[in-house]
Amino acid sequence: MPSETLSKITEFNIVSSNRSIAAERLIKAIMIVCSMVAIAVTVGIISSLLIESLLFFEKVSIREFLFGTKWSPQTALRTDQVASEGSFGAVPLITGTLLISFIAMCVATPLGLFSAIYLSEYASKTTRNIVKPLLEILAGIPTVVYGFFAALTVAPLLRATGENVGLNVSSESALAAGLVMGIMIIPLISSLSDDVINAVPQSLRDASLGLGSTENETIRKVILPAAIPGIAGSLLLAASRAIGETMIVVMAAGLAANLTANPLEAVTTITAQIVALLTGDQEFDSAKTLSAFALGLLLFIVTLFLNMISLKIVNKYREQYD
Amino acid sequence: MTNMLTNPSRLRKSRARIETRFKWFGRIAIGISLTFLFVMVGSIVLKGKSALVSSDVAIIVDLNADAVDPNDIHATRFDALMKKSLREMFSEVSSRKDKKKLYGLLSVDMGFELRDQILQNPKLLGQPQKLWFTASDDVDLFLKGSVDRALSEDNRRISDMEISWIDSLSEVGDTRSHFNTKFFTNGDSREPELAGILSALMGSVLTLLVCFVISFPIAILAAIYLEEFAPKNKLSAFIEVNINNLAAVPSIVFGLLGLAVLLNVFDLPRSTPLVGGLVLSLMTLPTIIIAARAALRAVPPSIREAALGMGASPVQATFHHVAPLALPGILTGTIVGMAQALGETAPLLMIGMVAFIADVPSSIVEPAAALPVQIFLWADASERAFVEKTSAAIIVLLVFLVVMNLLAIYLRKKFEKRF
Repeated sequence: MPSETLSKITEFNIVSSNRSIAAERLIKAIMIVCSMVAIAVTVGIISSLLIESLLFFEKVSIREFLFGTKWSPQTALRTDQVASEGSFGAVPLITGTLLISFIAMCVATPLGLFSAIYLSEYASKTTRNIVKPLLEILAGIPTVVYGFFAALTVAPLLRATGENVGLNVSSESALAAGLVMGIMIIPLISSLSDDVINAVPQSLRDASLGLGSTENETIRKVILPAAIPGIAGSLLLAASRAIGETMIVVMAAGLAANLTANPLEAVTTITAQIVALLTGDQEFDSAKTLSAFALGLLLFIVTLFLNMISLKIVNKYREQYD
Repeated sequence: MTNMLTNPSRLRKSRARIETRFKWFGRIAIGISLTFLFVMVGSIVLKGKSALVSSDVAIIVDLNADAVDPNDIHATRFDALMKKSLREMFSEVSSRKDKKKLYGLLSVDMGFELRDQILQNPKLLGQPQKLWFTASDDVDLFLKGSVDRALSEDNRRISDMEISWIDSLSEVGDTRSHFNTKFFTNGDSREPELAGILSALMGSVLTLLVCFVISFPIAILAAIYLEEFAPKNKLSAFIEVNINNLAAVPSIVFGLLGLAVLLNVFDLPRSTPLVGGLVLSLMTLPTIIIAARAALRAVPPSIREAALGMGASPVQATFHHVAPLALPGILTGTIVGMAQALGETAPLLMIGMVAFIADVPSSIVEPAAALPVQIFLWADASERAFVEKTSAAIIVLLVFLVVMNLLAIYLRKKFEKRF
């Protein structure tokens, strides 16, 4: 081969490989930027919530917000009117949120756990293949549908039942919202718990059954204790979901900020108030609008905390058996 | 205890009993969950079914040259003409209040409906014609049989007098019911009998389009980077924690982010699919990334090694060989994420997509409604006829979700490769 051609080929190779190296660097840079979007979103959420909340806390003290027991954010039209400030004590909202979430967890925990245990330990493969997707459908139904069902069917039903047994059930009771929300989070608990139960090594089962214990003894005394951390993680995740759920409470729980532990009364939640404060016309720097961001910050911190713990527990537990 | 030990068969029996009971707990739990699912979907379908049918009433309208000038059709006062025809058909009605009720038999759009029928068929002009008009919501509900005649007059929305009018029309066959095409071709309306879901549906389509265009490429590139290239350092771990946490952040918080940043800092137009799509894309991003990473992880290392061994660069190996094999899994995850975004309501409320929008949006910077928001708005409306509309809109939403999920399952089944 003439040396001239050879050198041309080498030259071409060097140029093209230089070009492709540059292109690859560019592609990599773009990919890095894309994965940074997740961080940017988190930073965006935290900073926007923080900035607006700080503006709010200039008008209303953190103390009053966190420990005040009266919530009536209506700001008056004229400044000289009575109660022109409105009061921003978030305690009734926090208790309302906890009450509804508690009811939801009371419904979802036994139903979700027993479903998971049955599906992973007892059910035949066919049953499992049919029932599992059906349960997942519950998770796929939009929450606005649950809200509609809760407000239109469950709440009147509870009210009528209450009347029959002589109880006064509010038409926007915490019970209706909590019950329906509980059903919504069943698949979350059942599928996560199913995963952790399945992750318990077969050798533990075989050993227990080999010693003569029945299946439910194996489940209660061997598998569940081994799976408890993972199950706790899934319950925390479900609780965080319940606390942050919006549409069901907006449609079924109403806006009455009552400080009560009675599930038959109407309560309101953090999310329902955020929606009420921010839909419709708004002046952006009024305490009323800004309070929604303070509530959002509170919600974000609580759910983030729950998520972090549950993810940690679940991951740690997974590694143990891998 | 000694009793049980001395009598082993009794012990065995009681253990067997516990075993059966435990099994039944599981079955009952599943039963309750599924019963709830069927009751909820069933009741909504039953309620929404009737919205797919709408009722018409026939009215004789005198279209002589005095009433409608054939040379200048648009100058006619169609509404007044309709009222006059109704008065003529029921000449016994005299008081103002009763007349108002009489006009209420038909939808408020009766004037426009008359105009459209004349414009479509000018041959109608010149003589009295029997024409069909949309019945009002209360009449519609009555004709569908959802009003109980046995109730006392005060307890129903329709009075005895109105019932007698409708009955006299029905007897001579001047009422009919047909498939409610208006529900699919009209935008939102304050009048239940005219309200349709087209504007909300288009709004949802545009919003999802924006959401897809933004989240899909970003999510895929991020997933590929994290799975194939990212060095195992603190930054990668931090990104990973971030993504997992974002996936569990309540959706309403994303709405707050959209309100504070997109609307108030960047000043994007309120209530538009552009902003809605952006907010939803931030929300679906973690879902797609997590699914895409799982799909990439499922591609065996031998594929990468083979490509690298043949002289491909890592980028080539990834984009030419690994990513295409993971694509079905990635698409499945994307569709599931999009389905989630389609049903999401709360963040859209935050960015003002709750306004009353009757027009069908044609671009992403026009104010629009979205299907779930429309459901929320109708669920809040006081007219009873909106209950069936809401249920019907939910059915449409659920149909879309089912189709999307079936598509995801089909893709997974068809292209699934087990290595």
